[in-house]
Amino acid sequence: MNKSKYMNPYLAGVLLGLVLLAAMFLSGRGLGASGGIKDTVVAVVGAVDRQHAMNTPYYSKYYQNGEHPLKNWLTLEIFGMVLGGFISGALAHRLKFKIEKSPKISNRKRLLFAFLGGLFFVYGAQLARGCTSGAALSGMAVLSVAGFVTMVAIFGSAYMFAWFFRKLWI
Amino acid sequence: MGPLSIVSEFPEWLNLLIAFFIGIGFGFALEQAGFSSSRRLAGMFYGYDTTVLKVFFTAAIVALAGSQLLSFFGLLNLKLVFVNPYYANSAILGGIIMGAGFIMGGYCPGTGISAMSIGKIDAMVFLLGGMLGAFLFMETYPLIQSIAMENYKGNMRIDEWLGVSPGVFTLLLIIAAVAMFWIAELAEKKFSRPDITSDI
Repeated sequence: MNKSKYMNPYLAGVLLGLVLLAAMFLSGRGLGASGGIKDTVVAVVGAVDRQHAMNTPYYSKYYQNGEHPLKNWLTLEIFGMVLGGFISGALAHRLKFKIEKSPKISNRKRLLFAFLGGLFFVYGAQLARGCTSGAALSGMAVLSVAGFVTMVAIFGSAYMFAWFFRKLWI
Repeated sequence: MGPLSIVSEFPEWLNLLIAFFIGIGFGFALEQAGFSSSRRLAGMFYGYDTTVLKVFFTAAIVALAGSQLLSFFGLLNLKLVFVNPYYANSAILGGIIMGAGFIMGGYCPGTGISAMSIGKIDAMVFLLGGMLGAFLFMETYPLIQSIAMENYKGNMRIDEWLGVSPGVFTLLLIIAAVAMFWIAELAEKKFSRPDITSDI
C-alpha cells in the first residue's frame, strides 16, 4: 500500500483555517508564532539582567504591569502548539530526533543556515510586527493591507533569494 | 455573539485556556500538513512541492469567508477583532528579511515550532537563531525605530483600499487562489523531484 504520509493539503488548509476562525471568534485575534519567541527572549533577559530590562525601552513595557512576560495569550498558544504538533507526530509515527537536510550538504552546513535563517526571520518579523502566522495569514483573514503586503514581501523575497541558496535544497 | 472572550468578558484564565487549546489545534494542523518538514516547505520555492501555497491560501480563505459569514448572521462583531496596523515601510522591509530567512532556514517561526515538536534538530537550531534575532532586534531598536514607525497608514483594510465590499474581495481572492492552485499542480509536475519528495 502506498501510504500518504501527510494530510491532503487542501483539507489541512481547511483545518488550519477553522483553527484561525476559532481564535477570531473566541478571542478576537489571530494566530501567532514569532511574538512568542520574542516573549521568551524578554523573559530570559529579564531573568538574567532585570536592570537592563527595566532600562531598555523595548523590554521595560513588558515589566511595567508587574505580570510575568510569559503570562499571555501567545505564550499559552505556543505551549499548545508544541503539544498539538507532538500529538500529530505521535499519531503519524513521525517522532524522531533528526537533522533534516539534503543529502548533498553536511549537518554542519544545514545547522549553520538553519540558525542564520531563524535569526533573519525573527528579526524581520519583529520589524514587520508579525511573521507568516501573525502578519500574513491572520492579517489576510481580517483583510488588513499589512497582511497582504507582508505575505507578498515574504514569498517574493524567498523566490528572489531561492537561486542563491539552491544548493541547500536541490 | 463573538468574539466571546471580549463580549462576554471572560476572566483572564479562561482566555489563556482558550489560547492553549487554539495552540493545540494550530500545532496539530501544521504538523498534519507536513509543515514540520523544511524540505517540503522549501519545495515551494523550487516548484517540487507546493503544499505551502495550498494550505496557506485555503486556510486564509476559510477564516476570511467564515468570519464574513459569522458577521453577516450577527454572530461575530468584526469591529472587535484585531486588524493588523499597516506600517508600509517596515511591512515590506521586514517581509524581505523574513523571506531571506525562510530560504536559508527552511522554516518560518510557526512551522519551526511544529518541526521542533516532533524532534527536528534543525528546527531547534532555527528557533535558537530566532531567539538571537529577537534579542538583536530589541537591542538595536533605538537605531531602527524610525524605520519601524515610517509610513504609518492605520488599520488599513484592503477591501476599502480597493473600493469593493468585503464579500466581493473574498470572491476575487477565491478566484485568484483557484488559479494559483491550478498553476501549482502544473509546477509540481514540471519541477517534480521524486528523489526529494519520496524522502520527506
